[in-house]
Parts: sequence; C-alpha cells; structure tokens
Amino acid sequence: MIEFTHVYKKYDNTTAAADFTLQIKQGEFVYVVGPSGAGKSTFIKMMYHEERPTSGKIKINEFELDKIKNHEIPYLRRELGVVFQDFKLLPRMTVFENVAYALQVIGKKPAEIKERVEHVLALVGLVNKADSFPSELSGGEQQRISIARAIAKKPEIVIADEPTGNLDPGTAEGIMDILERINQQGTTIVMATHNSTIVNERKHRVIEIESGKIVRDQQEGGFSEHE
Amino acid sequence: MNSLTFKRHLIESFKSLKRNGWMTVAALSAVAVTLLLVGVLLSVLMNINKIASDIENDVQVRVLINRGTSKKQENTLRQNLAKLDEVKSIRYSSKKQELKDVIGSYGKEFKLFSGDDNPLNDVFVVKAKKPKQTVKVAKQAEKMKYVYTAKYGGASAKKLFKIVDNIRTWGIGISLLLLFVAVFLISNTIRITILSRKDEIGIMRLVGATNGFIRWPFILEGAWTGLFGAIVPIIIVDFGYVWLYRILSASLASTGYHLLTPGTFLIQIDLLLILIGIIIGALGSGLSMRRFLKI
Repeated sequence: MIEFTHVYKKYDNTTAAADFTLQIKQGEFVYVVGPSGAGKSTFIKMMYHEERPTSGKIKINEFELDKIKNHEIPYLRRELGVVFQDFKLLPRMTVFENVAYALQVIGKKPAEIKERVEHVLALVGLVNKADSFPSELSGGEQQRISIARAIAKKPEIVIADEPTGNLDPGTAEGIMDILERINQQGTTIVMATHNSTIVNERKHRVIEIESGKIVRDQQEGGFSEHE
Repeated sequence: MNSLTFKRHLIESFKSLKRNGWMTVAALSAVAVTLLLVGVLLSVLMNINKIASDIENDVQVRVLINRGTSKKQENTLRQNLAKLDEVKSIRYSSKKQELKDVIGSYGKEFKLFSGDDNPLNDVFVVKAKKPKQTVKVAKQAEKMKYVYTAKYGGASAKKLFKIVDNIRTWGIGISLLLLFVAVFLISNTIRITILSRKDEIGIMRLVGATNGFIRWPFILEGAWTGLFGAIVPIIIVDFGYVWLYRILSASLASTGYHLLTPGTFLIQIDLLLILIGIIIGALGSGLSMRRFLKI
C-alpha cells in the first residue's frame, strides 16, 4: 500500500511535486508517464526515501516517511524492490554477487541465496553472465541485472524507473512478462516509463505527471489521454 | 551480528582487497613504508634508552674507609650504610683488591705499592636503589663515622643524569610524533581508497543494507591492509636488527654496555607494528566512511 497525501517537493526554483495525493493498493500495476523532467523520478525517489518531500505525508506499508528514523530506512528499502534508471550495480561485484547482495542484506542463508539468484537470473535470461562484472555487460544486460536484484527478495512492492529504457523491443516484452507475472502473484508494480507501445498494449492504471502535477490518474488508461 | 554474517563480511573483505587492485597495493605500500619508519626509529630509541640506563645504573658511591679501622668498626659502618633507605647493595673491596684493580687498569708499575706500602683505603662500593639517589647516599655516607670520604663522580654524574633525562624526554616526544605521523599517513591512504568507493556505499544503502552491514567489510579490509602492510617492515626490522646486533655487540663488548637482545625485544616490536597496523587500518577505514553513512 502506497499513500501520498498533499505531497509537495520543491527545489530552488522548480516544483517537482505539487499536491500529490493518491493511493496505490497492494497488487496494483501502475504506469507513471509524462515528459522528461515532469517529476516522475522525484515521485519514484520519494517512495524509497532518496528524496524527501518538502511537505505532506507519504506512507509505504507500515512506514510513515515523515516520521521515519534514520535507522529504519534500510528496513523500508528492504520491503521495496527498486529498478534504478542508472541500474546502480556494484562495480566490484560479479552479476551473481550483485543480486546476492540484496538477499545477504536481509540475512538469507547461502544455499537459499544461491537457489534464488540462479532462479531470477534465469528469469531475466542472464545465467551465463553470472560471473561477469557489470562493466563487461551491455546497458540492456545491466538493466536486466538491476531487475533481477529488485525481484530476488520477493518484495511486496517493485518500483521501476524506466526498466525497459535500454532494451530492444523483444527483451522489453520479456521484462514486462516478468513484471506482470509477479504482479499476478500479488506484488505491487509502480513503473515510470516512456514506452508508449507497452503502456497502450498492456493496459493498467496510468498516472500522468506534467510539470510537477498529476494531470491524469486513469484505470486501464493509454499512454496519452486520447489513446 | 551472527556468525554467518561475520563469515560473509570476512570473505567479502578479502575479495575486496583482491578486486581493488592498485588501490590495495598503494594502501599496503603506504602502511609498509610508515611502519618501517616506526620500526627502525623505535628500535634505535629503545636501544639508546637501554644504553643510557646502563650508564646511569653504573654510577655508584665509593665509600673510602679510614685507615686503621678495625673489622668490627667496618661492620658497624656497613650496618649504618645498610640502614639508609636509598641503598640497594653494598660490596666490600679491600685495599688489596683495590690495588689489583689499579694494576689491572694502569699497569704493573703500580705493583710497587704492594703490601704495607699500599696507600689505598678499604672501600664499600654502594649502589643506590635509583641512580638519582646516588648523590644523597654519598652525602649521608660522608658524615658517618670511620668514613674517610665518599665519591660518586660529582659534577660529571649530575651531567650524565641530565643527558639521560633529555634522551628520555626526546625519545618519548619523537615516538609520539612518529605515531601521529603513522596514524595520519595510514588513515589518509585508506581514506582515499574509500573515497573512490563512495558511490558503491550509496548503492548498498539503496538496496537496504544497514550501516553496520556496509561498514564491517570495510573495517576488516582496513585491518587486513594494516596486518599485511606490517609484514615487510617486520622482516626488514628483524633481519636488520639481528645483523646490526652481531656487528655492534662485538665492538660494545669492551665497554660493558649491551644492546637489547633480539629475542624478546624483536617479538615486542613485531607485535607493536602489527597492532599499530591493524588498529589504525581498521579505525581509519571505519572513521573515513562515517560521513558516507549519514543519511
């Protein structure tokens, strides 16, 4: 459950979020669309507390982010699987270790970690790259590792910032299949995207942000209002 | 932290050392050079201190007994001397023995004074508990009955005490300065290696790692750097010291002064270098990353 109540985020001269009030229920699949610089990334980053709102309340499951203590932040992030726009892979760790890290953090046992990592790497089609380092992979492959890491711990909520941005249409479809499959198992998916084909073909709730304002919140919506 | 997590941190810290490549080499070299400096200077300082103490402890009071004093009276004098709180030991040296020493030091010509012609006095050689009490012991002894005079080296002994004091103060000063330089150099090198990994720490936080979980592998890595960095300086200091000890102790033998014997002394230095390396490495690492862990 994600809840935004009158959330504002202001930078020096710009407002990245103006009065965001919305609710995303457990198990929903939500696209966040809008032009570059509209405030999509700010919206996403506020959920995992990398950006803090200037005012307003955000609630992610049981965490009230305006009241969250510093030592509680890791525990908030453990409930989320985040696919970062710039992948954020650990450069000195192999593909396997990158995915395993998210599981080590929550104290999983080595045998369980091995099984889980192999499973998600197979899902994103990168088992054969397990021992490679991120610098040896293409952008698309790094993105898939980032997705594998986000879903490995079976989080209740997956937040993805442009997860298909660097992928060819075939791979992008594959990633969408994975996201939809875990959504069907009850995971909430919040996905910022520029990919109109995907949004129009796989209909879900669409939240459109423009100049820091939510201009549309539509069930089964298209990429733009008239689609 | 459970043993599983600790094992994970341990493995991770080793992997990181290996994967950091040149950064690790740079940090290890900085630690090695600094610890070598600490090891060499510490060995020198501790030996200077040892020889200074040897010289200082050599200072004694020679209580010359009046000629014609009977054995009984000599015994009374010995008892009186022994009553002084500052006295550690009293050794009797007859005038015959004294002459032997003179002949030994200055030559056979002095045999002339053997027998009844011996102009020397019987002597009590008195050692004070602390070298600096020598002067006081001498003064008190001088006032006693049956004492002809009490000698302790006078001004030269006082001068010696002052020099030894200076050596000690400077030695402590230099050691502290050196320790400070070591802390600064080692923690700075480690800080640079961590600065280069700032983004990595940020990512770890974003995927839900607690500060402790992030910090431990870094602290262990710092400790390994300190430990491995101490190996080369230990080898150089140990072999170098044994080699110098052999050469120098031969030439020092005639003076009666000795360098610290390599065995225990080197073990102490080795342990100290390892300890400095590990503690500064781990602390430097832990402290440098603190600011990246603030939210």
